[in-house]
This record gives sequence, structure tokens and C-alpha cells, in this order.
Amino acid sequence: MMRRFLAVLKARNLEFLRDRAALGWNIALPVLIVLGMWLIFSGGDKPLFKVAVLNGATPISQLDNAFLKTRYIDFYGVSDEAQAESKVAHNQSDMLLDLRSPKAPRYWVNETSPKGYVLEKILDGETDVKYARATVSGRAINYVDWLIPGVLGMNMMFSCLFGVGYVIVRYRKNGFLKRLNATPLKAFEFISAQVTSRLLLIMSITVLVFVGVQLLVLFYMAGSYLTLLLVAILGATSMISLGLLVAARVASEEFAGGLLNLATWPMMFLSGVWFSLEGSPAWIQDVARVFPLTQMLEGARRVMLDGQGLADIWPQLLSLACMTALFLLLGSFGFKWKND
Amino acid sequence: MPLHPIGLPMPAILEVRQLVKNYPGVTAVDGIHFAVQAGECFGLLGPNGAGKTTTVEIMEGITPPTSGEVLYRGESVDARFRQEVGIQFQSTALQDFLTVRETLQLFRSFYARGLETEELIQMCTLGEYADRDARKLSGGQRQRLLLALALVNDPEVLFLDEPTTGLDPQARRNFWDLIRAIKARRKTVILTTHYMEEAFLLCDRIAIMDHGRIIAEGPPATLLAKHFHDVILQIPKADFKADAAELGYEVLDAGEMIEISTSDVDGALQKLMQRRVSLARLQIRARTLEDLFLELTGKELRA
Repeated sequence: MMRRFLAVLKARNLEFLRDRAALGWNIALPVLIVLGMWLIFSGGDKPLFKVAVLNGATPISQLDNAFLKTRYIDFYGVSDEAQAESKVAHNQSDMLLDLRSPKAPRYWVNETSPKGYVLEKILDGETDVKYARATVSGRAINYVDWLIPGVLGMNMMFSCLFGVGYVIVRYRKNGFLKRLNATPLKAFEFISAQVTSRLLLIMSITVLVFVGVQLLVLFYMAGSYLTLLLVAILGATSMISLGLLVAARVASEEFAGGLLNLATWPMMFLSGVWFSLEGSPAWIQDVARVFPLTQMLEGARRVMLDGQGLADIWPQLLSLACMTALFLLLGSFGFKWKND
Repeated sequence: MPLHPIGLPMPAILEVRQLVKNYPGVTAVDGIHFAVQAGECFGLLGPNGAGKTTTVEIMEGITPPTSGEVLYRGESVDARFRQEVGIQFQSTALQDFLTVRETLQLFRSFYARGLETEELIQMCTLGEYADRDARKLSGGQRQRLLLALALVNDPEVLFLDEPTTGLDPQARRNFWDLIRAIKARRKTVILTTHYMEEAFLLCDRIAIMDHGRIIAEGPPATLLAKHFHDVILQIPKADFKADAAELGYEVLDAGEMIEISTSDVDGALQKLMQRRVSLARLQIRARTLEDLFLELTGKELRA
């Protein structure tokens, strides 16, 4: 059994490595996207001020504070002081206000943040109350830092789904699967070799691109590389399995293309590749949770931006593992060798 | 044929019993049965659409029958069967970007036992192309690779589905030589073809199929002897000036030629000479399987 698995794995790897055009494209595309995004977004964030407010039990709208009436500043309530401070440190918030005690208000700014500086001047001018000043420091997290896991994840998604889905449908359409079915090779051996081959290739390419982009862009990485690798491996496996499920029975490349687009496009927009879904309706966020890409990006960003570890991201890892098992089970069960 | 004690019945290595295959609106195989003896070359002959490929694919275990069964060595087909048979489909794509040698190695790895890759390369005369991308082979080279893949496990039974369709005459003859060499190794071969010449030259026994049924079965020479007692005299139309009706033989129009069917060649030639028909370009041919098919179905085999 192992011998048959390894033989199919080797053959598939050779096929991919010798297909220079496909290999080159798989490496070039994500680099181009990341560089393009970096060029576009490295100019700065949107001109909106975001101020987190530790407001205790009182809603922000009911607080009697002149500064809160300032237009073009987005005030939002928070309760976790440490987390809010960390956001200021990473420029995800421009200022943190503590209004829990009206007699002794406080604020935090990041001294390296231009927006923090401007907000401090406004605060000074708007009020007579003396605020206690505190500073935090940290590396700013820019849009590009947030975007990079999204773009790498999206590239993995396309490579997983189309790379496996199309290949299997082509093999079925041209009769190669039928020929394999005439040998003692079993569906499970064939499928697991395809998954492993694709996983090896995708992970090699993603690691290469990750390192390359990090050298070029110096993006933010707060957590453990090993944890991130685990997230990526589980994410890729679940998306490859989804590709196999889509391709389990289809014998037309056009139909398979349609199904693969149907699977990839919603993920591209709803899984938080380009923008955060934090502000979107709850039902959209619920729908997006069933996509493997959503879970992978959530896990990856928690590791990369918030420095979280396995203890924090286990729900993402668990859901990716469950999706993989479900997709593989359905895919193997419904697998067809030949075109009727 | 393998040596076998005289007087004992030959064991059937494969037996097809009351096989039926229905597709929506079509009965592709309509209740056929036959047995294939170990070591023989058995031919399924018939026009396109006769049900040959469906029949062999059911025998190979690739297509499930609607009803009926296939027995291998007297038992239902099981996992052992896959290890012991070799299959060449009518058309097969191979994995892209692999060389001939790598493709053979890939398939060799699927089986517990078999032939060495180099032996296969030599046997199927693939030496010159062993390191070439399998997609860049000519038609004949490609068919020899597909044959080598079917032989990779040194099978007891070899299924060849129209292996020479689309090949030029030279490539076809080369392929026939390979099949003869395989027959010499005492392998059982099941061959489908719509080339009568191929069936006549290679097969020990044939079954002629039409519309999903077997309409004749037996050794080619026996079938011909059973249905025909005559030979055909062929004379170019330009040379044939006599009145066909008063000759007293069956006279057929075959394009450029007139064909006269007779079991009395001497008498027919005398009659023709009496009528001053020039015999300078006369040809005499024996009856063929094509004639037999026409006789049995009233239509041309390649129609």
C-alpha cells in the first residue's frame, strides 16, 4: 500500500515540477499581488481617527464629555484595558481614553503615531479638565501587515482548489483514472497521494513566498512561526480536501471550473482576505465562519498580529481539522474513477 | 496453445454467463455467453457499436453488468483478478510530463509481482524512446507503451481492446508480431477488433458480435469452412464481357471488379474462356471473415 502511495506521490510531484509554466505562475502571482498591494497601501491609512474609550457601564453617547462631540473621530467603547493599550501600541487605535472615573480621566497615545499627536492637541483644546497622560510604544500594524496573510491565504486557496480539482477532473475526462482503476491501486491511496503532493508543493511555495515577502516588506510577525506553519498546513489540507470533494464525480472541466469558482469567490470576499468583516452584519460573519479560508486567516492573523499561541487559536485549528475530515470522507465515498 | 492431457476438457480461465448491459434506451450487450480457454487468443469481432468494448469492460471488472456474471478460474472476480490481468483500453491518456520509463515504473509499483522495466522496454521495442516524454510518441510507439503497461504485472490474461485501430499498416504488422510473441509465452489474450485480417491471423477462436449478440463462434478457419464451400474469382469489369446470368454462378458487383462465387474453379474458368473473357488479370481469393459477416448479417462489417 505504501509503495503504491509513494509511487503516485512521486509521479505527481514530477509532473508538477516539470510543468515550468504552472510552477513559475504559482510562485510569481502571490509575490506580484503582495508587492502591488504594498505599493498601493504603504502611503498611509485612511484619514479617520479611531479612539477607544474605557467607558465602564455608561454608554458613550450618555457620557458628558466635550471631546466626545468632536466630528470625524470614531469613538468606540472597550472594556479590556490591556488589549486596548496593545491596540494603541500597534496603531490599530490612535488613542485610548479612560473615562470610568470622571474626576481623574486618563489617556494613552503612541508617541510615534502622527494621529496620536494630532488627537492629543485636539483633546488639549476641547477641554479644561486635566487628563493624566500615558504613552505606549510598539511597532505600528499597517494594512499591509494585515493584508499579507490574506493574500497568501487566497493564493493557497486557489492553488488548493484548482490545482487538485482541475487535475482530477482532467485525469477522469481523458481516461487516466479509468486506466488506474484497472490496476490494484485503491481510491484512498490515489487520493491521499494527491493531497500529500499538493500539500508539499503548496507549503514549499508558500514558505518561500513568505520568506521572500518578509525580506522585501518587513511585515509584522508577533507570534510563533511554528504555530503559523501548523495553521497553514491545516488550512491547506482542508482546502485541498474541499477541491477533491468538488472534483469527486465531475467529468467536465467547464462544470468543474464553475463549481470551483462557486467555492472560491465567496471565500475571496467573505473570508476577510481584503477587508475585515468586523463591521458587517452578523449573519454574514456567521456564513463566513463555515469557510476554511476564514478559519485559516483568523488563526494566522491572531498568530501574526496578536502573537497568540495554540491555547488561543485551538477553535480555528479544530474547525479546520473537522472540515478536512468531512470533505475527505464525502470525497472518498463519492469518488468516481470514470466518466459514464 | 499450452500442452494439455488429451481427452480431458480444457479448463476455462474466463467464463461469461448470460451477460446483459442496458444503457438508457440501448441494450449494448444482449444475453451473451462464452468461455475462454487458458492460453488461447480469443477474438471478439464486430462493427463499431456491436457491444465488443462493453463486453470486455464488464469482463475486466471496469463496468458492472445489468445482469449475468463473469467467472475467473471458476470463481467470481475478486482482488486477485486485478493482480493477474493486464488491460489495454481503446484509448488511454497517461500522466503528463512522465517519460516512458517513469510511466512503466509507476504502473509496476501498483503490482505485487511483475516484469522488470528494462525487460518490458526491450520486449515492446521501446528502447529508443525510453527517456522520451510519453506524450511525444507516435501512434505505433504509444500503442506499444500501452501494451507494455498492460504487461507490467506479467498477467495471466491480457485484454486488448482494438489495439491497432488508427495505426498505419507497418505499425499494425509490428504490433501483430508483439502479440504473437506474447502468445508464445502461453498467455491468454482477449482481443477485440474490427479488422478481420487481424482476427484471422492472431485468434485461435473468435466470436462475431452484432447488436449486442454473438452471431457466430469458433476457430476462424472452421467458421469459414462451415459457412462457405466456394472461392471467389475476381475479374476487372473492363475484361468481363459475358452475360452474367447465363454463367450459372453467383456473380457480384464489387466496385472495379466482378466477383464470381464458385466451388468448381476448373469448370468456371472453362466457361469464362469459352465466352472469350480475358483471364490475364484474374485473381482467386478465399472467403474471408468479412464475407462471413456479410453472409450472417446482410451488411458490410465496416459499414
